[in-house]
Order: sequence, then structure tokens, then C-alpha cells
Amino acid sequence: MQVPILKQGDVLIATIQAALSDADLLELRSALVQQVVRFRSAGVIVDVTAMDVMDSFASRTLLEISHMIRLRGADTVIVGIQPEVAFAMVQLGLTLEDIPTALDLEEGLAYLQHRSRTIN
Amino acid sequence: MPGRERTMSKEALLHRSRIVAELPRGESQSELLRELVGHLRQNRTLLREEWVRRIGEAHLLGAMSQEEIFQEATSVYDSYVAVLETGNVDDLTAYARNLSERIIPRGVETNEVVGIVLLLRDVLARSLFAKYQSDFEKLNRVLDAYEPAANRIANTVAVGFVQERERVIRQQQEAIRELSTPVLQVRERLLILPIIGVIDPQRARQLTEQLLRAIRTNRAKVVVIDITGVAAMDVTVANHLVQTVEASRLLGATVIVTGLSPEIAQTLVTIGVDLGKMNTVGDLQGGIEQAERLLGYKVVLS
Repeated sequence: MQVPILKQGDVLIATIQAALSDADLLELRSALVQQVVRFRSAGVIVDVTAMDVMDSFASRTLLEISHMIRLRGADTVIVGIQPEVAFAMVQLGLTLEDIPTALDLEEGLAYLQHRSRTIN
Repeated sequence: MPGRERTMSKEALLHRSRIVAELPRGESQSELLRELVGHLRQNRTLLREEWVRRIGEAHLLGAMSQEEIFQEATSVYDSYVAVLETGNVDDLTAYARNLSERIIPRGVETNEVVGIVLLLRDVLARSLFAKYQSDFEKLNRVLDAYEPAANRIANTVAVGFVQERERVIRQQQEAIRELSTPVLQVRERLLILPIIGVIDPQRARQLTEQLLRAIRTNRAKVVVIDITGVAAMDVTVANHLVQTVEASRLLGATVIVTGLSPEIAQTLVTIGVDLGKMNTVGDLQGGIEQAERLLGYKVVLS
């Protein structure tokens, strides 16, 4: 299942809508890394509200996406992690250290805006 | 369908006569029970007094006055006889629950309730021995009918009492749990979680769940966890606290921990819990001030 990637101003928004296979996650990774420069985006938001399971592969891929996009010159925010998922992840040691996270899409957009304001 | 009814009742009659035939000397169980009930009704006053006397001798129901015991004994005795007569324990179950509700708050223990019911069983059995002492065969048959019914009654009352007790305990546990973990919103997007008392792993887990849910519903950005009221902390709970902080961050909220007592600070460093990721401030006031700074509030004296 493919993840739609929307362009909203200078932000790319990828909304995961169902449980993803490992191949889907890798596809999402390469699509985002390609498009972030093509659209000259300053930030990327990955919305995981619909994911009710986050395994080690998924969280490692999110980490990789964030690092790769950093190298391509943009910021990544992960939004919409469910409370139960968050606690399960922490218990498994998957804390997504040094990736910014936000409550939902709105918060993620606010975070990126605030960041670009402080940089410019 | 009248024809069908007739066949049914004929079958029932056949069935019944077979049972009766299996019993020695043609007396059915129900007839024996009826005779028994008659005996118990006739000697009601005597047996009841004997029972209350023995309750007093055994020092049971110390929390109740003599008149109360006598009153309850009368009701129990009558329901007891009614169950023997009808074989239906529903009324007794309801009465036992009602009785338990009244006596549990006064500190009546399980052993006392079981004790008085067993005493009644003994008192009644003794009276049967006395009545049928000349006819050993008949005594045996009466006891055969009496014992299963009596045991069932004892069971019903004891189970009713224990169930009621468990219900009360569950209710109280729930109340304590609800009381002990308030998540308070003090400003837009700022939550406070004051923790007081002992944290065991179960409560820690519940606190975390409640906090994470509150972060979501209140759209909180900063949370102040105040542990001034926590006297001691062990490795499990400390690690749980660290996990709570990390999980809150995954939801996009920053956690500030305040009020770590000197003892807890020393313990945590000695046992080597990694608190590097935690944002700690000395007291609740400082924690709220820092939270306001993070949220961009500026307090101005007017």
C-alpha cells in the first residue's frame, strides 16, 4: 500500500493510513528523500496516527528517514503517535531519540513554522 | 394441546414414583424434609435461643449487641427453614447479601459469619439426634435429607458474604486509585501531575497511562510531574518514570520533574539510574516557571 505525500507550502506531509509492510516503509523512505529536494521543501511531517503497532523496523526506518532528510537539508517531525503505542515503544527501547515529535499534524506544522522563523 | 400435556404429566408421575420406589420404606426425600421443617417450626423459639447462646459462648459477632444478634438470628433461622422447605436459595442469597452489606462496615469477619452458620447447622443436627434417638434408621434418613441442604445453605451464606466483601474492596481500591492520580491543567497546554504516596509498579503504570491520555485530550505541550510527596523510589519505579518521560516526548510533550527529595536523589545516583534525559527542577514553583517560559508566557507584575 502506497503512502500519499502531499505538498503544503514548503512542507511535505506523508500520512500513513494503515499498517505498512517493510517494503512499503522502504518505498516511503526513498520517495520522501527524493521529493524533499525536488519540491525544495524545508520540512517533512510523517503522520503515524493510524499506526497501532510500531515495531523495531518501522521505528528504525523513521529514524533513517529523519537522518537522510537532515542530510538533504530539511527537518522531519513525526506526529500522531498514539499513547499506547508510545508506551510500548519506550518499553522496547525504541525512543526515536533526537527526532522531533509532535501531538498531531497541526502541532507538527506549528513546530516547523516556529523553527523556520527562528532560523531566518 | 391437552393430549400432550397429559402424556407429559404421566411421564413426570412415572419418574416420581421411580424415585420414591428407590428410597427405602417408601418415604420420599421431600416428605422427610417436610417433617423436618415441621419439627424446626415447632421448636423455633427453643432452637433459636440455643443458637444465640452458643454464638455468645463462642464469642462470635462481638461487634453486635445481644438484641441485634437475636434479631438477625431470627431472620437467618426463618430463611434457613424456608430454604429447607422450598429448596430455593434465591431469597437467602439476597438476605445474605443484605446482611453482609450491613455488618461488613462494622468489622464482622468471614470466620464469624461461617462460624454462626455452622453453629446453626450443629444446633439443628443435635435437635434431630434428640428427636429420633429411638429410631436409628429414621435418623439416618432424616440426616441424609438434611445434610446436603444444610451444607448448601452454609455455602450460600459464606459465598454471599465473601462476594460482598470483595465487591467493597474492589470499590475502595478503585476509589483510592482514582483519587490518587489527578492530572490537572493549570494553563492552556500545561499539565501538572502531583504524585503523593507510595508508587508500586501497578500504580506507576496507571499513572503513565492516565498522563499520556491526558496529554492527548488536553493537547498539552509541557507536563510538570511533582514527586514531593513520594517518600521512596526503587529501580523499577525510577525506570518507569524515565519511560514515562520518553513516551510523553513521543507525543510531543516536554516533561519537567520537580520535588526530588535529597533521599531519592541520592538513591537514584547510587543505584545508577540514568536521569540524563530528564529535565529536573528543585520545586514545583520553579517547575511551573520553567514550563511557562517553554510555552512563551511572561508573568508581569501589574
